[in-house]
Amino acid sequence: MALGTDWALDWLSRTAATIAVQRSHLNTLDREIGDGDHGENLDRGFTAVLTELASFDDDAVPSDVLKRTAMKLISTVGGASGPLLGTAYLKGAAAIVDLPELDGAALVAMLTAARDGVVLRGKAMVGDATMIDAWTPAVDAAARALAEGQSEAEILDAAATAAEEGALATEPIVARKGRASYLGERAIGHRDPGAQSSALLLREAANAAIA
Amino acid sequence: MAFGGTATELFRRSPAISAGRPAVGILIIQVKDMLMKKLINDPRSVVDEALAGVALAHPDLLRVSLDPMFIVRKEAPRAGKVAIVSGGGSGHEPLHGGFVGVGMLDAAVPGPMFTSPTPDPILAATQAVDGGAGVLHIVKNYTGDVLNFETAADLAEAEGITVRTVVINDDVAVKDSLYTAGRRGVAGTVLVEKIAGAAAERGDDLDSVATLAETVNSQMRSMGVAIAPCTVPHAEEPSFTLADDEIEIGIGIHGEPGRERIKIEPVDRIVDRLLEPILSDLPFASGDSVLLFVNGMGGTPLVELYIAFRRAAEVLSEQGITVTRSLVGSYVTSLEMQGLSITILKLDDQLMELWDAPVQTAALRWGR
Repeated sequence: MALGTDWALDWLSRTAATIAVQRSHLNTLDREIGDGDHGENLDRGFTAVLTELASFDDDAVPSDVLKRTAMKLISTVGGASGPLLGTAYLKGAAAIVDLPELDGAALVAMLTAARDGVVLRGKAMVGDATMIDAWTPAVDAAARALAEGQSEAEILDAAATAAEEGALATEPIVARKGRASYLGERAIGHRDPGAQSSALLLREAANAAIA
Repeated sequence: MAFGGTATELFRRSPAISAGRPAVGILIIQVKDMLMKKLINDPRSVVDEALAGVALAHPDLLRVSLDPMFIVRKEAPRAGKVAIVSGGGSGHEPLHGGFVGVGMLDAAVPGPMFTSPTPDPILAATQAVDGGAGVLHIVKNYTGDVLNFETAADLAEAEGITVRTVVINDDVAVKDSLYTAGRRGVAGTVLVEKIAGAAAERGDDLDSVATLAETVNSQMRSMGVAIAPCTVPHAEEPSFTLADDEIEIGIGIHGEPGRERIKIEPVDRIVDRLLEPILSDLPFASGDSVLLFVNGMGGTPLVELYIAFRRAAEVLSEQGITVTRSLVGSYVTSLEMQGLSITILKLDDQLMELWDAPVQTAALRWGR
C-alpha cells in the first residue's frame, strides 16, 4: 500500500516521541566520545518539528512535510547534526517532490537522495563511524527489498534493521569524522550517537508504515 | 540526598522558581557522585542571561540581538568596510563576543553551550554587518561550526552578500588530519580575529583580509593541557574525567582528548611538552620573531600563566627565537576548565603593525 501524507506526519511525530524518550541515552553515547549533547540537540529540533506538524493543510504532500522538517531541523538543532539531518530530509523531499503517495521505488529514491545529501555535506564514508554507517546499509537493504518485490512497509523495515545493525557496527571501529575522531583508538567500543539516532528515525518510518 | 536528580529536575523542584520568584544565586547540580556549584539561575537560560549582561555592560561598544542571537558592533553596518563575523558554541568567553568592537569583529554569533550556532543567526548577523564590501566568516575547525557557517554562507550569497570563509586549525595536538576531522581551531583564533580586524579597519578589501587571515592561520601553532575538567551546565557529568594526579596533554577547548594522559609534572616540564610539537611543526627557526600567547582555559590563575610564559620565553630564547609581542590571559576558555594553551605566531613587519593597531573591545583594548 503506497504511503501518503498521513504516513509522513505519523513518521515524524513518532520520531519526535522516540527522540524524547531516548534523549538521555543519546547524550550518554555522545558524552563517551563527543560533547554529550546529541540527545539534547535532537530533542530540541524534533520538538520544534512537532509544533510545525500541527499546521499542515489537507492538500499537503509528503515532500512538503519533509521539507518543512528539514528547515526546522537546520534552524534549531545546531552542531553537525542539524545541517546533516536537515540535508537528509531536504534532499529526500526533493526526490519525491509533489508525489501524493509513495510506492517502494519512491521510498528507495527518497532514502538514496537523503543519504547522498549527507555524504555530500559531511564527506564521510561507511566505516568512518558516523550516521552514514546507518544510512548506507539502510539504502542498500531498501533497494534489495524493492528488487525482491516486497511491500512499502517491508522495504522500510529492511532499511531500519540494516541501520540498526550499522549503528551497532560503529562500536568496534575508530571514528574518522566529527569530534569522536580526535579520540583515535579510544573511540573503539563506543557506538556513534549519530548512527544510533539515524537508526531510530528509520525504525519509526517503518513503524508508521506498519501502523 | 537533598540535591538529588538532574539539574533540570532539581530546578523544577525549586519552590522559588515555581512561585516565579527570583532564584538564589547559586545552583547546585548533581554531577556523578559530587555536587557541582555554579553561579547560575537556570541551566537553560545561561547563554541568554549572559548576553543580556553583555548588552548592559558594553553599550559603548556593541548591541545585542537576543532572537536571533548575535552581537554586533555598535556602529554596524559600516558602508564600504569589510565586515568580520565569527561565532561558535558558548562557554569559551570572552571568545567571540568579547572581541566585537573597533579594530576586531563586526559581529559574534554565540551558539548554545559548546554547540555551534545554527545558520539563521549566522545569516542574520552577516546581513546586519554587511556594508557592501563583503563579509569574512572566521570559523574554528569543528564539524558543526564548519557545516553551519557553510550553510549560512550559501544563504547569504543567495541574498547577494559576498562571503569569504577562513577556517582556523592551529591545534597541533591532532596529529593525522587524514583520519580525523582535521586540526581543531583553538586559541590562535583570537590572533586571527585581531589581525584581520585591523586590516578591515584600515580599509583592506575582502580578498586581502581573507588572504591575511589565512596567512596568520598558517603561521601559528597551538597546543593545550588540562589538569581539571569542566562541566556543561545542562550536562549531568563533567565533559571528561581525570584522576587526581593526571593531566591531559593536547586537550581541545571542549575537553576533547588530545595526545596523551600523563601524571602531573612541574609546569616547566609541561610547557616543554607543549612547545616541542609546536616548534617542530611549522617549523619555527632561529632568527624568527614571534608573538607568544599563553592562554588560560577559564579556571587557571593568571599567576600560573605567567610562570608558564616565563618558561616558554626561556625555551624560545635558547633556540634563538625572539618574542617581540605577547599576550597572557584567559581569552579562549572552556568554562571552568583548569589548564592552559600556548600559541606561537611567526611575525613579520605587517603582522606586527596590524597587531599593534588600535583595538577597542570588551576583552582587548589598546592604542586609542
